[in-house]
Order: sequence, then structure tokens, then C-alpha cells
Amino acid sequence: MNQKYSNTRATLAIAKASFRSILRSPSAVVFSLAFPLIFILVFANIGGGGMSIDVGVTKGCDTLNPVYKALAQNKIVRLIKTQTADEMNKNLAKGSIDAIINVGPFVPMKPIDMNVQYSHASGDKGAVLKSALNNIFYRIQSEQLSRIKAYSGIKLPDAVNLKETIVTGREYKYIDFILPGQLGFSLLSSGVFGTAFVFISLRLTLVIKRFFATPVKRYSIVLGEAIARIVFSLLGALFIIMVGHYAFGFTLIHGVVTVLNMLVLCAIGLIIFMGFGFTISGIAKNESTVPPLSNIITLPQFLLSGTFFSITAFPTWLQYVSNVLPLTHLNNAMRKVAFEGAGLGDVTHQLFILLIWGIGIYAVAVKTFKWE
Amino acid sequence: MANKPIITVKNLVKNYGDFQAVKGISFEVYEGEIFGLLGPNGAGKTTTLEIIETLRDKTSGEVTVDGFDIETDADSIKKRIGVQLQAAGYYPNLNLAELIVLFSGLYGIDKSPTEMLEKVALTDKAKAKYKELSGGQKQRFSIATTLINNPRIIFLDEPTTGLDPQARRNLWDLIREIRDAGTTVVITTHYMDEAEVLCDRVAFVDGGHIIGIDTPDHFIDQLVATGFERAKQTKGANLEDVFINLTGKEWRES
Repeated sequence: MNQKYSNTRATLAIAKASFRSILRSPSAVVFSLAFPLIFILVFANIGGGGMSIDVGVTKGCDTLNPVYKALAQNKIVRLIKTQTADEMNKNLAKGSIDAIINVGPFVPMKPIDMNVQYSHASGDKGAVLKSALNNIFYRIQSEQLSRIKAYSGIKLPDAVNLKETIVTGREYKYIDFILPGQLGFSLLSSGVFGTAFVFISLRLTLVIKRFFATPVKRYSIVLGEAIARIVFSLLGALFIIMVGHYAFGFTLIHGVVTVLNMLVLCAIGLIIFMGFGFTISGIAKNESTVPPLSNIITLPQFLLSGTFFSITAFPTWLQYVSNVLPLTHLNNAMRKVAFEGAGLGDVTHQLFILLIWGIGIYAVAVKTFKWE
Repeated sequence: MANKPIITVKNLVKNYGDFQAVKGISFEVYEGEIFGLLGPNGAGKTTTLEIIETLRDKTSGEVTVDGFDIETDADSIKKRIGVQLQAAGYYPNLNLAELIVLFSGLYGIDKSPTEMLEKVALTDKAKAKYKELSGGQKQRFSIATTLINNPRIIFLDEPTTGLDPQARRNLWDLIREIRDAGTTVVITTHYMDEAEVLCDRVAFVDGGHIIGIDTPDHFIDQLVATGFERAKQTKGANLEDVFINLTGKEWRES
């Protein structure tokens, strides 16, 4: 009692206890690390694969004619020769193969007989195949045409004078899109679920009440918990960024500086999301009402904030909704920093919207938060 | 005993809305005694304790603890008291040693976990989680956390509820040791046999009033003097003595 009481020491004691507790709680580790990594793994692999069209080849199909040879060389077309006619028809109806072709033999100066069946069940893929086929027909016809032109003196003008060039640029990989989204969502769930669960359980099990019988200040309890969660989440974010960078080629334009900028954004985002967690812990009557309340906050943002795909894919009215949500702006800021190499000064618009959310949600949290 | 008051409660009133839980209670706790607050559920025992512990605001009245007013000097009081709450839990996922470290930080005091756990005979459970302990061990651990700041007074709210006879007697020994080391103990209980053997003085609380304060001996003598007789004459031993005799005096840890 002769020592002077230190609030910092009490705060750090809570932070240390909370950090240990988080590390030992399976749900925190699963939500913050395993889920984002699984999503990244799955989507990074789907995203890179591109489109493929499965085309059934009938038994009688001639495989020596130029149309068939050109199709066989096409990278997006997969030719399937192992199925019986019956299987193929069934699969076509289900959409698990996208078309069936039967090409007749090539006889000089005669058109090649060709029969293609498409399916309503396989969406746009039929149209892609059709355009690929048209391209093949055009090349065959052009060859015949040029042969005719060689014999006759008639000059036929070309319909199109096509020039194609490919600009060299930084490749925007799907990982560059998905990783910031996953990072943002991991922070959102950790901030909302984690904070709400911890505070409601500390309150209901009277841990906080017992704390109040010691000289600890209220702010030390909140601050200690916040420090632990921020440290844990930033370590998790760093781990995700490293895995993304080294295993999936996630772009970090300015290297370490970019990583640091991203971590600052993570901390800002997490602090705001924790405001939702504090609010929920105050509103919820018991632990079982935490998940539904938390889902009300997290699910819409999971779907509408550009976590998996760009919000530009949405109809305009839905984009307005997306543009209101805080996670959208955190994700946008994170992508700008990581891929475009923006500094924090370049994402002030996003930070400003996050700040407004922060003020709003903490105003509500202060009103609803319960100590006992 | 010098009968020097360490806690003074004067005309304490606590209202919850329209309901008056504590209706003008006055009593004193003397330094170095084990003081029992007895009474039925809802009598206002826990409310009174929590006001003295600075966990709850009073409606009116005066309370001083070790010379400090609960209204103006709550922080000084918190540093001088140890509190065991009825049914309180501990920080999740931490073991006993880590919980002691946490409380040391909260009190701003350097105490080694081993030293504290030794006091309550739990050194072999240092790596165990609180929820893995038996009922008696849980209560002993709770008492260890109240002793971290070398308090002048500790408050124990129904510490023996739900314990088996061995664990209960073992806890009495521990509480007596704490008293003998110079710490004042305020305890609530529903077991009158416990109050009789453990408490130096007891106060009966009923319906928000104190209806009597004295030593257990005095209360019993007074009642006997009025001509009171038990319906059934007591024998030289009771069933609890039989239980202890049959199952052994050593405490069980399961």
C-alpha cells in the first residue's frame, strides 16, 4: 500500500489477461485466422482458373476436319469423348456439359456438316462457344476466300481492318481483391462478436463486479480489453498479409510501408467495429442473444461491402446502400493502399466516413453499455 | 478484544425504486473479529455488504470503513478491503496463477502466485482453471484473491454454501487463521451452526432492519433464560459429527 497506485499497470494487467484468454479461445482464432485464410485459399484458386466450356463429342464425329482441330486447340473448350450419347443428352439437360457437337468429314469444295446442341441449363457458356465457333468458321472462310482471290483478279475490300494491342500493366490478381475484403471482414467479426461476447460474459459472470471491488478504473477495463483485441487482430492481419503475399502473390506496392499503412487502417477499422460490439453487449440480455444481434451488423456488410466481389456488380440502388456501410470504405481504403500504393493521406474520404461512423456508434455505445 | 470499531454503519437506507431494501440499519464491526450478518434471503444482507464494499450506492445514511467515508474515499477503501462475491466467476481461460497475477496488477501490488496459493493450500492447482476446481477449492481460491492486497477487512458472502462438511470445516479453519493474522472478517451465512462456532459476534437482519446484535453465546443464553426448550433433546453428537466420523476429517477434493 506504500506504492503509488498505477492505472497504467492495472490496464496492462487486464490487457495481458485478455490477450491470453483470446489466444486460448478457439472461436477467436478460427474467426480471425482460419476463416479468412480458407476463403482466400478457395477464392484465390477459383478466381485464377477462368472459364471453361465442356463440349460433348458424339461417337460419329470426324476428328480430322479443321473445325474439330481448331476447337481442340481452344484453351477454354474442354472436349469430352468418354460419355455415351445417352449420358451426354442427360448431362446437357442438367447443364453439367454445355454443348454437344457432331462434325462431319471435310470434303474439298463442299461445306462441312456440323450439328451443335446447346442447353438452356448452362447459361452464357453456349453463347461463348457459339462465338468461338463463329471465329473458327470465319478463319476457314477467309482462307477459302484468299484462295479464290489468288485465282481471280477481283479485289474484295476487307470488312474490318483489325489492330489488336495489349497494354502491359500491373496484373490485378483476384487475391488483390479478395485479401483486403477478407481482412476487413475478419476485423468486423472480431470487433463485433469478440467484444460483445467478452463484455457480456464478464458482466454476467460478475467478473467486472469483482474488478470494481479493486481500485481499478472503468476506463482501464475497456482500454485493457481494447488493447488486447487490437494487438491480437493486428498480429492476425499481419499473418494473413504475409501468407497472401508469399503464397498467393498479393501485391504490396511499397513493401513494408504498405504493410504498415494497412495495419493502421486495420486498427482504425477494428476500433469502430468494437463500438458495435460494446453496443450489442449492452443491448443483449444474455449470451445467446449476442449471435443474432451480431449477425444483423456483420452479415449485410459481409455481402454488400465488396468482400467477395466488387460492389459495381450491384444495381445502382443497392450500391447506395453499400456506400453507406463502414466496411465498404475500409475495404476500399485497404485496396487503394495495397494495390495502388496510396498513403493514408490519399484515403481521407474513406477515413472521414469511418470517423463519422466511429463518432455515431460510440455515442450509441456510451448510452447502451451496461457495467452490471 | 479492544472493541475498536473498524466499520461504522449509521442509519443506512437503500431504496430500489419504490422498494426499500435496507431500512435504516446501524451497527459496528470491531477490529479483529469475525462478524456474521445473518438473516433470511432478501433481508438486505448482500445489499448492505455491497454498499460497505463501495459496489453499490446508498440512498442515505453514513458508512465509514477503517476511517474512510464510502462516499468520498471509495478508492482508499477499495485498497484496504478484500471482497468475495456470492457466485462470482473469474476471467475466462486463465489458470489460477495467471488470475493471481491479474489481481496483483489490479491492486498494483507485487505478489507471487505461489505465495498466495500457499495460503489457501492450492499450490498444486496453480495451472488449473477456476472452473475445474471443486466447490471448496473455488471458495478457497476466491479467498486467496481477497488477500492479495493485505486487506484490513475481508468480506465473504455465503462462502460455505453448497460445500460438503469437510470442505466447510476446512474453510472455517482458513477463516480463523485469517482473523488470527489480524484481518477483520465480515461474513454472511444461512448456517446457524457455522455462525455459532465461527463468529465472534452476529447481527440478525430481517426485512431491512437489524433485529439483534450480540455474541452467539449471549443470544443462546438469553433464549434459554426465557424458558425456551428444544422440541427434541439434543444428544452428545449430531448427524454431521457422524458424517465426519465415518468419512474422515481430511478434506476431499473432488
